Amino acid sequence: MALLEVQDIHSYYGKIHALKGISITVEQGEIVTLIGGNGAGKSTTLNTICGIVRAAEGRILLEGEDITKTPPHEIVARGIVQSPEGRKIFTRLTVRENLEIGAFKRNDLAGIKKDMEYVFERFPRLKERQNQLGGTLSGGEQQMLAMGRALMAQPRILLLDEPSMGLAPLLVEAIFDVIEYLNKENGTTILLVEQNALMALGVAHRGYVLQSGYITHSGIASDLQNDPKIIEAYLGG
Amino acid sequence: MASEGSTVTRRYNYLLPLLRSPMYTIGAAFLVFLVVVAASNVLTGEYTPEQFIQQLIFGLSQGSIYSLIALGYTLVYGILFMINFAHGEVFMAGAYMGFFTIYGFQQSGFLQEHTFLALLGTLIAGMLASVVVAVLLERIAYRPLRNAPRLVPLITAIGASITLQELFKLLFGASARRFPDIKLYVFQSLFEGASCETLRGETICRDGIDIVSGIYTINLLGMELTIRPISFVVFFVSLAIMIALWFFIQRTKTGRAMRAVAEDKNTAALMGINVDRTIVTTFVLGALLAGAGAVLFSMIPGNGQIESRMGFFPGIKAFTAAVIGGIGNVPGAMFGGLFLGVAESVGPSILGLSNQLKDVVSFGLLVLVLIFRPTGFFGEVLSEEKV
Repeated sequence: MALLEVQDIHSYYGKIHALKGISITVEQGEIVTLIGGNGAGKSTTLNTICGIVRAAEGRILLEGEDITKTPPHEIVARGIVQSPEGRKIFTRLTVRENLEIGAFKRNDLAGIKKDMEYVFERFPRLKERQNQLGGTLSGGEQQMLAMGRALMAQPRILLLDEPSMGLAPLLVEAIFDVIEYLNKENGTTILLVEQNALMALGVAHRGYVLQSGYITHSGIASDLQNDPKIIEAYLGG
Repeated sequence: MASEGSTVTRRYNYLLPLLRSPMYTIGAAFLVFLVVVAASNVLTGEYTPEQFIQQLIFGLSQGSIYSLIALGYTLVYGILFMINFAHGEVFMAGAYMGFFTIYGFQQSGFLQEHTFLALLGTLIAGMLASVVVAVLLERIAYRPLRNAPRLVPLITAIGASITLQELFKLLFGASARRFPDIKLYVFQSLFEGASCETLRGETICRDGIDIVSGIYTINLLGMELTIRPISFVVFFVSLAIMIALWFFIQRTKTGRAMRAVAEDKNTAALMGINVDRTIVTTFVLGALLAGAGAVLFSMIPGNGQIESRMGFFPGIKAFTAAVIGGIGNVPGAMFGGLFLGVAESVGPSILGLSNQLKDVVSFGLLVLVLIFRPTGFFGEVLSEEKV
């Protein structure tokens, strides 16, 4: 049984029919990426999985259990955590409080402490600024914080929406390092939405290509990387 | 040249607002006028330091009750961006419950036997009643409108306010009630025979200070002051409750969740926070404070008329206080309440006005604050996104 199974979901943003039958399977331990242009429905897919946007049709199964109508905070409790697009850190909470909010559903104080130390080790800038308000951080630092916050949740499935957006190349690499670390060391399953298709397919096992609410291609990441149509459309080939 | 020009502009920056709007000029002129009148009254001895100290103490106690209520407005605004106009009725419910509790204690003799415990019980009962009303209010009136345009819950709040007033009138009648006389003597070994009362030409003295109904004259640095200990009790109890609230918001997990929800509900939900429950918690906190404020308010001798419309004036004052402090801002509401309480206590007599004009003073202040700092003293400029 697949860990996460999205079956033919349709979602609307107001009157816009954003998803027109999306089906995605994510197996335990995989990194799966969703690529596609602006407005293809990548973020909507993640938001529908999280319960922020309600699926009008279709089902979402977590280990075979239907979570299509489960409220967002309970979906988090079941281990699906999204790090949303545009970082969305809490600007009026301190860096440390942001990380603590990430671990909101956890009660293992020792584990939280250990993960906090890992985040600070990984991103020393965050340690330096742990008592500063989130809003005072630079864009790159905010992205580090968003990653750290997602990491603090110890999710089984981490949904990452554009983690590299607007970052300097060096930082992009640091972020992708963390993604790989989480997958390999923690065994976290990752569903990654990226504009940077090349980087995303580089770390992912499998990929789906979205276009205006439909899935147009899917397959093993290395195959997609070599598919001439995809190279032309998304990899700037 | 360009840089020189900008320094000149910067130096006279503070004058720009005056030119920008005639309201500023009118406001500033009015403010200067008030200061001159107040100063002349102080300098000519029309207004004495004794008056000032007494009114300051009274103002701080009244103001701390405003702060307690104002916090309810500001907490709810901070999280839902709506003004809960029915908050005055949450206050009123606390006062009613406080009355029934203390009346029961009086009838059973518990109030006379264990006055402190009875008062504590009354305080807790009042707080709980306010919580019940606030939670029902949120559940029935506001939650179904969570995604409605912002004007809709606002109108609903006014409707809920009137509904609650009429409901209480229907249930308990239109007659005004009053807390019974309460006497609570403390520090009995320290102040032997300090509390004297003359009844039918007979003077009886008791040990200790009556911190509820007592009025004492003391000499301080050559000033003869008339002091009511209840003012200190109200002020310090309110202060303790507000410190507890501050601790709760800043240091607990639930408090952190409240701040996160106030900033961004969707992202908070993505972190696993139950947004609906956090909103209820916010209403509960506001109601606890309002209920405590209601019991303290009703305890003050000569203050407590308990009837179905009693919430309106404290409510509107506390709302003013919250706006003065910067709506949505917790320290702002605390400060705004104290500021307003002192202003309307000191204001009328320092300006040589009748005390009946205290409402003119407080709402006049609101106008001045809105002219010079529309976001209130502690308010931040709202970002486009939040609006």
